[in-house]
Amino acid sequence: MNQLTISGSPHVHGDLSVKKIMYSVIIALLPALLVAVYYFGWYALRLTIVAVLACMLTEWLIQKYLIKGPLTINDGSAALTGLLLAFNVPANLPIWMVIVGSVVAIGIAKMSFGGLGKNPFNPALVGRVFMLVSFPVAMTTWPKAQPIFEAGFFADAVTGPTPLSLLKESGVGTLAKAGDMQFLDMVLGNRGGAFGEVCAIALLIGAIYLIIKKIIDIWTPLSILLTVFIMTGICYLVDPTQYIAPWYHLVYGGLILGAFFMATDMVTSPMTTAGRIVYGIGIGAITVIIRLWGQYPEGVSFAILIMNAVVPLINKGFKPKRFGV
Amino acid sequence: MSNVLLWSLVILGILGGVAAVILFFVAKKFKVEENPLIDEVESVLAGANCGGCGFAGCRNFAEACVKAATEKQSLAGLNCPSSDMSKVAGLLGLTATVAEPMIAVVRCNGTCENAPSKVHYEGADICGFANTLYAGENGCPNGCLGLGDCVKKCQFNALHINKETGLPEVDEDKCVGCGACAKACPRGVIEIRAKGKNNRRVYVACNNTEKGAVAMKNCKVSCIACQKCFKTCPFEAIEMRGNLAYIDFTKCKQCRKCVEACPRGSIHEVNFPPRKPKVEAPAEEKPAEVIKEQPNESKE
Amino acid sequence: MNPIKTFPKGGVHPEENKLSSDQPIITFEIPKQVIIPLGQCLGAPAEPIVAKGDKVKVGQLIATAKGFISANVHSSVSGTVNKIDEVMDHTGYRKPAIFIDVEGDEWLEGIDTSDTLVKDITLSRQEIIDRIKQHGIVGLGGATFPTYVKLMIPQDKKAEYVIINAAECEPYLTCDNRLLLEKPMEFLVGVKVIMKAVDAPKGVIGIEVNKIEVAKKLDEIIKSDKYFEGIEVQPLKTKYPQGGEKQIIKSITGREVPSGKLPIETGCVVVNVASTFAIYEAVQKNKPLVYRVVTVTGKSVKKPSNFLVRIGTPANMLIEAAGGLPEDTANLINGGPMMGKSVSVTTFPTIKGTSGILMLNEKDAQPRQVSNCIRCGKCVQACPMGLEPYLLNRLARQNNFEETEKHNIMDCIECGSCEFTCPANIPLADYIRYGKNKTGQLIRSRNQK
Repeated sequence: MNQLTISGSPHVHGDLSVKKIMYSVIIALLPALLVAVYYFGWYALRLTIVAVLACMLTEWLIQKYLIKGPLTINDGSAALTGLLLAFNVPANLPIWMVIVGSVVAIGIAKMSFGGLGKNPFNPALVGRVFMLVSFPVAMTTWPKAQPIFEAGFFADAVTGPTPLSLLKESGVGTLAKAGDMQFLDMVLGNRGGAFGEVCAIALLIGAIYLIIKKIIDIWTPLSILLTVFIMTGICYLVDPTQYIAPWYHLVYGGLILGAFFMATDMVTSPMTTAGRIVYGIGIGAITVIIRLWGQYPEGVSFAILIMNAVVPLINKGFKPKRFGV
Repeated sequence: MSNVLLWSLVILGILGGVAAVILFFVAKKFKVEENPLIDEVESVLAGANCGGCGFAGCRNFAEACVKAATEKQSLAGLNCPSSDMSKVAGLLGLTATVAEPMIAVVRCNGTCENAPSKVHYEGADICGFANTLYAGENGCPNGCLGLGDCVKKCQFNALHINKETGLPEVDEDKCVGCGACAKACPRGVIEIRAKGKNNRRVYVACNNTEKGAVAMKNCKVSCIACQKCFKTCPFEAIEMRGNLAYIDFTKCKQCRKCVEACPRGSIHEVNFPPRKPKVEAPAEEKPAEVIKEQPNESKE
Repeated sequence: MNPIKTFPKGGVHPEENKLSSDQPIITFEIPKQVIIPLGQCLGAPAEPIVAKGDKVKVGQLIATAKGFISANVHSSVSGTVNKIDEVMDHTGYRKPAIFIDVEGDEWLEGIDTSDTLVKDITLSRQEIIDRIKQHGIVGLGGATFPTYVKLMIPQDKKAEYVIINAAECEPYLTCDNRLLLEKPMEFLVGVKVIMKAVDAPKGVIGIEVNKIEVAKKLDEIIKSDKYFEGIEVQPLKTKYPQGGEKQIIKSITGREVPSGKLPIETGCVVVNVASTFAIYEAVQKNKPLVYRVVTVTGKSVKKPSNFLVRIGTPANMLIEAAGGLPEDTANLINGGPMMGKSVSVTTFPTIKGTSGILMLNEKDAQPRQVSNCIRCGKCVQACPMGLEPYLLNRLARQNNFEETEKHNIMDCIECGSCEFTCPANIPLADYIRYGKNKTGQLIRSRNQK
């Protein structure tokens, strides 16, 4: 017989683990990746693989040679960061830029704070914003979606505007006239933009999977989407010639990806349901402000990063309701 | 353009001036009169805030020293184990009564070999918790649990857990005998003893208070309260505390007769020169000595 | 029956694994020697009043309670006192115990050993409480708090409900369930006795819905007999820790026991099923607490069983009777998997608080890789007391006990839901228990000053 184990109760545990959470999120992102490959071909696949490998390698090197601690490379968190980072860039971005972004995301935003669970900001978004500020042209030159069956797997990228940049530059009138900015196309992903964010349906399929598996809860994304919908809705009601309808705002840009996969990042979001709702409202509000009145056409990344900074405060302010008080 | 520059300079200048005046008065108003000696005393202390003096921190100790020096003209009862008290006394114009240097001693030799594990522990790495949960991996209810509460408390980096033995080891050069580890140990395994003449010590490396027959089962080198050392000691330095022999370091004359008398090899001698080979020395005592001498030799 | 109720916040749902729920209670043979530990309740251990060589009978008082929170200990067998010595009990430490060599099975006079149901409650309130105290009844759910202390209602308080905790939310354990199925009448009379003792008009039996057939059976009996008026059965959602004292009060009455106060603040007295049965036997049959039902179970155990065991029977005999210790046993537990204690030897004596002996196999007890806290907040969601386990864990590790007190560590009921749900496998409950212990010391030392 083996030696008996002595442990403090409880002696049985639930079957959720960090590894399981990370790989579940990766699985949930796969439909969106497939759609991205369908629309952006080889470029999307190439960037994804490079970003994932670069993130994992960075983490491994830092753990092995700088921290000299345990290697946790197989827990999936670095791979997830890489995947999310890739999802947030244009498909035709030069490879070396994505590698720089990955090194920044893992090296600066994650490992310098002490690794998994210690980082205050979402590493993928830090990497993305770093690239956006450092390589503004490359990061805002969006390829057009061209289904691989029409253009071929290795087709050269044809650049074009994203709905939000078009909106920012030319106003609502042009958008309506452009004709190709149909709602259905938006939802299916047949549009310009960062390749992971284009297909709302694929992202929602993944999100529903995560919600059913109880890996993310609905409150953060729901409050983000509702806030965006209500705020843009009010603007639309006030002046429909200036602002577009709120349902377009939900599917334009990276809102779905941000709300379901970035804002719900466990490490950088609040603990309690009430806190998560406040956090979501904050993200939604900042996103709308940046989109409607800011310099940048898209503001989800900035909104999430800003609210990440507020999370410790939210955790202090929104405590769970104590029993018997 | 130059106008903007000028205005900025003027406004900032005025702001700065006003702030300086306010700061000046605030500093005057809230100035705490403090004996400058306190700062000086504090500067010669180790600054580890180890608590070995009995005060909350080095600052409090410095205050107490200055107070005692001005009121009583003596530093009696005040001792910082981790710094040079003669320097403190010198600053205060007194002569220090040099306290005997102390050192932490681990009174357990329940290594993986001497006391093999019977069960396996999984859980929080806090001795204070494991102690409430079970008797220990080797079954000894008084022995070291090996989870290192003492190591975490040591401010001088003088303790570490030896991975091979599973026991804490004291670095003699670094240990100042502040006693933080002894307080942290939930079982009182660590004792603060006098460093001893020529840094030599004789002590019982066991903390087990169970009856001999029970103590024998769990550990090869446990004290079984046979009282042989107690009877051997010519200086009455050994007392029996329940089922455990204890050597009073204030009475011990370091004759080492008890070490030879102990049938279990649980009395340790530290930093003594090797004995002259005795013809009649019983053979079975030697292995125990070899084991216990090793860690100390490596540090010298 | 009433609709299903539950407590609103927190809780987890571990695999139920009620392997022995179909096994009838088997009266276990009396061993050759019993070892009766003196400390069998929360609080001070009892003091022996017998000496080596004394002849004792079943039910004879052999050690008396010492102090207010303490309980009498009775001999569970008849025979001769072999010795009073230390024995390694379920905590792994050696504790004093009385060893009795068994000779026959002779009960003390005045104890009704027949099976006849005694319905008429002839004793007065005070007499009932005295009887319970005298016969050494403690909370048999595992906490072993002396029951008489619970039943003494302070002058300015009024008991409204007697809540019988039949939730049995611990996975694996089935002893309460079997007792209810096999002795429903005795149990219900026991409820009546407690209602009389605390002068409460209502008795509610809270049962998790995974044992709905028992609930239905009890409900039928209550409805068919006017004698049981005032008692009702309340089905509860299957959720751990439904059987926590504060949680079951909340589930049934909707009232919350104020932080740091006792259940009587809400007008409730909560008693466990096995304790209720023991109270029936003590009050109606004058029988001290000398045996209890113990579930011996585990996934690899050949015959998971429920045994009616004399107190002091060595656990290894029960394990043998259940088919022996399985090869792949990794963790031997006294109690259930959520709140039971690991034991290091199989020979520990069963005591009043031993509700089960669980042999967890390697797969379920395997060491899990601990990773960093990922701040997922699952522990916060799972905590039924509305605490923040991740924070308490961190503060306890820093030995910052002023802060743990501010974050209400003393409210923790040590249910372990946080650790169960933690994806990073951090031993949260261990650290919190340590912090609670130390914080308690801090508060006590401050109160003394």
